[in-house]
Amino acid sequence: MSPVGQDTTGQSSDISEYRKREQSITLSELDGPAADGEAADARQELLTLNFGPHHPATHGVLRLLVTLQGEVVRDIKPIIGYVHTGIEKTAEDKAYWKVIPVVERMDYLAYHFNAMTFCGAVETLAEVEVPRRAEYLRVIHMELNRIMSHLVWLGTSALDLGAISMFWYCFREREKVLDLFEMSTGQRMHTRYFQVGGVIEDIPRGYAEKLGAFVSEMPGRVEQYRALLHSNEIVLQRLRGTGLLDAARLLEFGVTGPLLRAAGNPWDLRKADPYCSYGDFDFKIPIGTVGDNYDRFNVRFAEMDESVAIIGQALEGLPEGPYITSDRKVALPPRHELATSMEALIHHFKLVTEGFRVPPGEVYYPIESPRGELGCWVRSDGSAKPARVHMRDPSFVNLQAFSEMAEGGYIADMIATLAALDPILGGIDR
Amino acid sequence: MPDATGLELIGQELGSAVLDTVFFRDRAKLVIEPDAIRPVLAHLRERGYTFMASLHGVDYYPQEPRLGVIYELLDMGRVDRISVKLRVPTEAPEVDSALPDRPGDPGWRTAVHQEREVYDMFGVRFRGHPDLRRILMPEDYEGHPLRRDFPQGGEPVLFTYNEPKRPRAPA
Repeated sequence: MSPVGQDTTGQSSDISEYRKREQSITLSELDGPAADGEAADARQELLTLNFGPHHPATHGVLRLLVTLQGEVVRDIKPIIGYVHTGIEKTAEDKAYWKVIPVVERMDYLAYHFNAMTFCGAVETLAEVEVPRRAEYLRVIHMELNRIMSHLVWLGTSALDLGAISMFWYCFREREKVLDLFEMSTGQRMHTRYFQVGGVIEDIPRGYAEKLGAFVSEMPGRVEQYRALLHSNEIVLQRLRGTGLLDAARLLEFGVTGPLLRAAGNPWDLRKADPYCSYGDFDFKIPIGTVGDNYDRFNVRFAEMDESVAIIGQALEGLPEGPYITSDRKVALPPRHELATSMEALIHHFKLVTEGFRVPPGEVYYPIESPRGELGCWVRSDGSAKPARVHMRDPSFVNLQAFSEMAEGGYIADMIATLAALDPILGGIDR
Repeated sequence: MPDATGLELIGQELGSAVLDTVFFRDRAKLVIEPDAIRPVLAHLRERGYTFMASLHGVDYYPQEPRLGVIYELLDMGRVDRISVKLRVPTEAPEVDSALPDRPGDPGWRTAVHQEREVYDMFGVRFRGHPDLRRILMPEDYEGHPLRRDFPQGGEPVLFTYNEPKRPRAPA
């Protein structure tokens, strides 16, 4: 009863045990004895399709071995690791503050979140106090980042559904966010803005006005996207009732973030376990009802609105004070002190050459990234380099639920479901 | 997080399976016997820790036993986290898988990818995992790269220009 791959290609003896298991098919619905002739025919019609790794609809270098019966997806085997760069290993060889630019490059649409979770873990280990102004600046940048990530997701997902113009509108607003990042941090992506103990620089003059203009403009833009997609009959038919998975099942797979909220579970770490002054802001958690692709779209739309609201409040209530800790053992002294203070020069030299030492211990620090719970586990052995950095990336865990979401549906819906899952392969492979 | 007293109480409930309880930076951690992982996880699930946030490995080189596996559990109702840690030696790195092993067992389905990653990176074998293969590294890769004694760098990158054109002549 070996369906495909082995007898049809005639290469069964050439492929390794590994490949055999990879290409094996789990046919839960078709399992069991073939009682009548129809079932036996159905088995013979199976087609295994290699999907990716280089395919525009896989949102990165994701490879899927898809088994089809006609147009119905019967089995999906995700194969990952194509952009594995060993970031966790690299981090073990860098001083704590030099790890930040490395981890930022994992989930490349959520760089401020990656930096935040790493900095948060190190700050907890080293018991560094973060000034309130720094926390507010971090919140502003993280929420801008969330909007930017959702815009890229929306643009590319709409592209997968055949709505090309959506992509240009989304990237227009994304440019504005990147311009704001460039103004405050000097870089558009992978900014290294977050530092252990605060942020690297205060916001420049004129930034608040520019950000204010963005905050007042963005809700109208989100409304425009809604108008474009939500009254579109084709989009509605493609999204409603596809990729359905209920909250209990999602929790079994460890799925968090917008996917879980779309299924009606209002779990959001910003609200449930506030970190980085999120408790100060007034915002809602959008949830869906059944957990299909339509709910996933809506939840992310509403999340953009809520992020704008948070940024507005953070900008309004931005406290005065330092933007980075005054603990010279952890943060660089200001430039002007170097010319006059011997002590500042020594601290500067020590920090740049060796870095700071962190007391031994282990800490897991979770935050809410645009895709769910992003956690960083750092183990320190007392030296200036971390002994282990592990990132619990939400895309890596969420991908496990994908087969269950898409199996039994049409292959076109599988593309829509994959888009709604929003996997970022840089984060999955690390 | 359970406070220090709460952690001690959980530790007492589990009895001899618990080797140590650590309360560090307001975070609770149980260090347990490697063979007791399934009963311990089942007990914690009954106490409300029904969500496994993360499962990851660590190498404590040069301490013995070297390898560690850490389970981050979460109680979403009370917003309470607890870590469970076990240590295994590199000679026999075997742990029971946290996946459901029979129909009706709730288990932790989220561990499929994560146990494969720990196996790939550290070489810890999970007994009962149905599909324990490498996940991020190539299938024919040798060694477990996140072990501390695995050297960094020096990996030849195969591009067409440095690919051997023909088999090398025997020396």
